[in-house]
Amino acid sequence: MTMTLETKTPPIYETRVPILPLDLAPVEDVKVNRSAVERRAATLNTRRTVKKEWQAAWLLQSIRVIDLTTLSGDDTPGTVRRLCAKARQPLRSDLLAKLGLSQPLTTGAVCVYHEMVSTAVEALQGSNIPVAAVSTGFPAGLNPFKQKIEEIEASVKAGASEIDIVISRQHVLTQNWRALYDEVKAFREACGPAHMKSILAVGELGTLKNVMRASYVCMQAGSDFIKTSTGKEPTNATLPVSLVMARAIRDYYEQTGYKVGFKPAGGIRTAKQALDWLILMKEELGEAWMQPNLFRIGASALLNDIERQLEHFAYGRYASMQYQALG
Amino acid sequence: MTIPELLNTLAYGFAPEAAKPAEEWLEAHNRKFGLFINNEWREPSSKEYFDSINPANKNKLAEIAQASDDDVHDAVRAAKKACSKWSQLSGHARARYLYAIARQIQKHSRLFAVLETMDNGKPIRETRDIDIPLVARHFYHHAGWAQLMSSEMKGYESLGVVGQIIPWNFPLLMLSWKIAPALAMGNTVVLKPAEFTSLTALLFAEMCAKILPAGVINIITGDGRTGSALVNSDVDKIAFTGSTDVGRIIRKATAGTAKKISLELGGKSPFIVFDDADLDSAVEGVVDAIWFNQGQVCCAGSRLLVQEGVAEKMYKKLKARMEKLRVGDPLDKAVDIGAIIAPVQLQKIESLVKQGQDEGAQMWQPSWSCPTDGYFYPPTLFTNVAPASTIAQVEIFGPVLAAMTFRTPEEAVKLANNTRFGLAASIWSEDINLALDIATQIKAGTIWINSTNLFDAASGFGGYRESGFGREGGKEGLYEYVKKTMDDGRQTVKPKTQKNKSNGHKSSMVNGLSSIPSIDRTPKLFINGKQARPDSGYSLEVHDANGNFITEVGAGNRKDIRNAVEAARGVAEKWFKTTGHNKAQILYYLGENLAARADEFAKRISQQTGADSDSASHEVEQSIEALFTAAAWVDKYDGAIHNTPIRNVTLAVPEAIGVMGILLPDDKPLLALCQLAGTALAMGNALIVVPSPSYPLSATDFYQVLETSDVPDGVFNIITGNRDELAKTLSEHEDVDAIWYAGSKDGGKAVQIGSVGNMKQTWVMSANGELPEMNEILRHATQVKNIWVPYGA
Repeated sequence: MTMTLETKTPPIYETRVPILPLDLAPVEDVKVNRSAVERRAATLNTRRTVKKEWQAAWLLQSIRVIDLTTLSGDDTPGTVRRLCAKARQPLRSDLLAKLGLSQPLTTGAVCVYHEMVSTAVEALQGSNIPVAAVSTGFPAGLNPFKQKIEEIEASVKAGASEIDIVISRQHVLTQNWRALYDEVKAFREACGPAHMKSILAVGELGTLKNVMRASYVCMQAGSDFIKTSTGKEPTNATLPVSLVMARAIRDYYEQTGYKVGFKPAGGIRTAKQALDWLILMKEELGEAWMQPNLFRIGASALLNDIERQLEHFAYGRYASMQYQALG
Repeated sequence: MTIPELLNTLAYGFAPEAAKPAEEWLEAHNRKFGLFINNEWREPSSKEYFDSINPANKNKLAEIAQASDDDVHDAVRAAKKACSKWSQLSGHARARYLYAIARQIQKHSRLFAVLETMDNGKPIRETRDIDIPLVARHFYHHAGWAQLMSSEMKGYESLGVVGQIIPWNFPLLMLSWKIAPALAMGNTVVLKPAEFTSLTALLFAEMCAKILPAGVINIITGDGRTGSALVNSDVDKIAFTGSTDVGRIIRKATAGTAKKISLELGGKSPFIVFDDADLDSAVEGVVDAIWFNQGQVCCAGSRLLVQEGVAEKMYKKLKARMEKLRVGDPLDKAVDIGAIIAPVQLQKIESLVKQGQDEGAQMWQPSWSCPTDGYFYPPTLFTNVAPASTIAQVEIFGPVLAAMTFRTPEEAVKLANNTRFGLAASIWSEDINLALDIATQIKAGTIWINSTNLFDAASGFGGYRESGFGREGGKEGLYEYVKKTMDDGRQTVKPKTQKNKSNGHKSSMVNGLSSIPSIDRTPKLFINGKQARPDSGYSLEVHDANGNFITEVGAGNRKDIRNAVEAARGVAEKWFKTTGHNKAQILYYLGENLAARADEFAKRISQQTGADSDSASHEVEQSIEALFTAAAWVDKYDGAIHNTPIRNVTLAVPEAIGVMGILLPDDKPLLALCQLAGTALAMGNALIVVPSPSYPLSATDFYQVLETSDVPDGVFNIITGNRDELAKTLSEHEDVDAIWYAGSKDGGKAVQIGSVGNMKQTWVMSANGELPEMNEILRHATQVKNIWVPYGA
């Protein structure tokens, strides 16, 4: 039996999630029991695990959904080009061969600040790897609204095909859903053909209930993905918060028929964590949400740990970082 | 499959936990195990062995010894011998032993987990993450109680030797629930594991041999015959967890003996989902409720009650979730549901499921099929279940959920309580007002709000109704393993010798007015707040201490009891919910009105018992004081908040038992009435009181006090007559929740035998002698409900 990656993998941009009218009913009806959510989150990876060759396959899949990210004040075109090279070739070729993988393997995207978009686009030319730009006054989102729109437009113009916007937390904290909806909708319109990931900054929303409410509003306003965090808040992607967002996505799909993607970001550094999130996706949303068109992990250090685990699987010994190419 | 192929499917694959260490342990014992008595391994005297089977693959694991009567007696003797020293150890010394056991469990936790999974068929996730950690926790927690016994259990001492019989669904966990409190309180034990699952108990015994003095723990394996021998052996207590049917047998077998018993029996626990619940979380709750341990859990949430408006949504979510459950090799780390314990259990499940379908309920199972190499059964959902259908009533003890809908909170409570059992309940709502309101109304020992199947050593666990009595865990559980220390100065009053009952009708006038006849005063029964003539139309003579005729009282019969119970049941819930302050007011008022008639009551005591006027007056004073004491306790018999290791409050709430029959002792007729019935009343119970046949008049006089003291109709009923006959009717009455009996040994035995119908609690005292102490009475007048309330913004 031979199957190729391509047959199973849906194109990254299939159909778009449209902007729907603001519907407050599901937002106001939100019920989230934190203790129960935490219990479920805590048993997700005790009820499920993958070992041996299955684990290797899942780790390869993890690489395919990474938005390989650099969002540092000291980024330069040089470091961004280095990152892009890693995105094109995330594993050493001997390791790929040992794993029996003949198809090309790349990360899901490269994610940078606007200033680095053109460098990344150039570095990734011909690879089909999209460039994502964080935007709208990332990470705090408190720039003037007009500038935010312009920032999106500039990034799209520079070649970014994915825009990671940040929402105004104040709209959530004051329960001003109309304002949140209008804001995100405007961002989406500014994105044009580029896909939009809405960053909720869950660590600043106070409660899981707010996370779920904000998820609904962002989905209604046309987000292609909802994303946990910028990586700059005090707490970022956690399993409980991801569970709540995944359930909102499932609910939205059941209500509207539209599949919204999910992107946890911030704090996912180990291969084990990547598996946890893939398990969460498989259990709560199904296999479709394990693919890069509906699932991404925002990370920078994660790839190297995955590489080490795969090396251990392939060669039966623990690996050292010095054998793995820097990103 | 190659990795690229696996990359396409992204399946889970196999993730087996290694069985090798457990297999090696079995091999090291040549797969044959004897009995553990006095820290030694011995062959069963019968030389009989039976096989222990791995239900997931039908492989034989080992041969287990069948203990005979002789072996049981040897074990009990060994325990008895060890007891004298063990019980005299300081609490601190016992704490060290329990601490050492806990440590041993932790040090070998994975071996225990793997062995348990192989023997029982439950998933390794559960043994590894739930069973074994809870075992260690139980020993740690009770090491603490051993340490604190001298200060926190003042006035109590160990019972002696405890016989313990445990089920197969949580083999080592149930062992710990039994052994830890018993040892902590200074008892020694003889424990019989279930014949399907003896192995972890044997591994435990092997471990104990290294740390404990000989005879403190004895493990005897075997089937029901061994259990029966243990029940009938010379033990001081039987602690049992298992089916209600076997519980009944044990109740009968120990009736009339001095053996204390605690029974943790079956359940058909409701899982109630309100329309304001977090439904996705409730679905996960159902998974933990009924697909935990293959549904072979006494407190499994096996009846799903969903509010009508969200029922279809809930069922849809539930089915989607069931589709994702994984049944298979329990040693696989990614399996949710393992194997059913044995063919006999599998057949029971299959036949009940068939019956459910035949009776018109709609069955749904996931599309995938179970492995066939072991005893597997898929998760099963029944909708359209009527309360009348079999699957809504009987305990299936399998992964089968029976769902029905309700419209209002009131109807939810009605459906939830529409069961013979009362072990646990799970309530799902985001509204704390609603959730707590329902929690207080459900008749069950454990209530989980927005959670389910949470256990901890610090929280009591045990049932209402046919789910048994006694608690395990928490301070409330300790009382099952202790008795009151007897004061040396305590006197037993000589039983009254019945004087020859002359039919000469030699009148003895209360007021000594002998010149003209006194006005005939006919003591009646007191039912539902009204004086009532006995249904029988017969009366019984009452004589004074010298055998002279005083008067006649009604000869109450079955129908009078029926009427009284009906009246009590009608008002029980309302009385229980009456505020403590108001209940106390009524009790004080009773005392006040009794005081107003102190002389009359004193004379009556003298007249009946022949007590001199000083001691009679003293008894009246004591009675008034007893009512005041009861009144005082009404709003002070507080519960506790247990310190369980999750973010929650676990409220241990003492609740009224409900409708109680109280058959009073002969001695101190008025004091007994005020102290026993008064306290039971104060704790919120509705009573049917049967006074001593020898001295019934203090009680019949008392109804006038009741009438003038605002006691609600039906709360306090008095039936005179033949105590043992009435006791039998009361003990067999299925709407009576508890019965206190003071009287003959045979009468006590009959009450305990009669109680098996609805497994009501019984408390048997002697007809004469000192009354029990207040804290004992309070404890027997209440049952502890533990309400777990997790919280989190």
